[in-house]
Amino acid sequence: MATDPARPQSRPKSPHLTVWRWGPGMLISILHRMTGAALAIAGLALLVWWLMAIAASADAYADFNQAATHPLGLVVLVGLTWAFFQHLLSGVRHLVMDTGAALELDTNKRFALLTLVGSLVLTLLIWVPVLGGLL
Amino acid sequence: MSVGESATPLGTVRGLGSARGGGEHWLAERATSAALLLLGAWLVASLFFLPSLDQRTLAEWLAAPSGAVPMALFVVAAFVHSLDGMKMIVGDYVHDEGNRFAVNTLLLFLAVGGASLALFALGRIAFGGAA
Repeated sequence: MATDPARPQSRPKSPHLTVWRWGPGMLISILHRMTGAALAIAGLALLVWWLMAIAASADAYADFNQAATHPLGLVVLVGLTWAFFQHLLSGVRHLVMDTGAALELDTNKRFALLTLVGSLVLTLLIWVPVLGGLL
Repeated sequence: MSVGESATPLGTVRGLGSARGGGEHWLAERATSAALLLLGAWLVASLFFLPSLDQRTLAEWLAAPSGAVPMALFVVAAFVHSLDGMKMIVGDYVHDEGNRFAVNTLLLFLAVGGASLALFALGRIAFGGAA
């Protein structure tokens, strides 16, 4: 069979538990789940704290602000901003694919890569001016 | 067999049976994601363009209907969407039926509790004279 000249040498393989390789599609898929979990747990906890602090008093808000502007706090906030945009753009990609569009291999790959570029650009657009103001 | 029913009454109670029910979950997840797309864009733009992010400015912003209502909608949509998503993750990785039921119940309590705290805070800002 392998010697049949009519058959192509490299045959496509179906992905399975151990048969897979890194690609934009699978990376965006697992990132969608990870960013979603991060936003649901850390993002919502922070949202509740933030709103409670605004409602409580200027002192309570100063505590929140101190934690938020601490270097570690900034890492969390920048990370969550990126997670927000990555999940949002990846979600838009899913809404497009739900209509049956953008499922061709090359288009699908291009949109997957675009979500990565887009989330990075949007995060920088937000944080470069903010961090520039803080420093 | 009628729509969404299992072969046995116990199966019906447990939510087993044909896949004819369940499409509403899929649609609800897309509805909350579309809502969060709009409300999320509003939130990011608002935070970015507010003159300052001190407590007074934020409280005044959230006390007005134009701030309070979209923020309340954002809170509800975000918690519903997050609960949907977390339950989907749990459904994929927690295989024991009892454990899955326990984790899903805990997630439900956390989501309802968190959303209530956030909405209470918004009510306090809007009606409590915090601004």
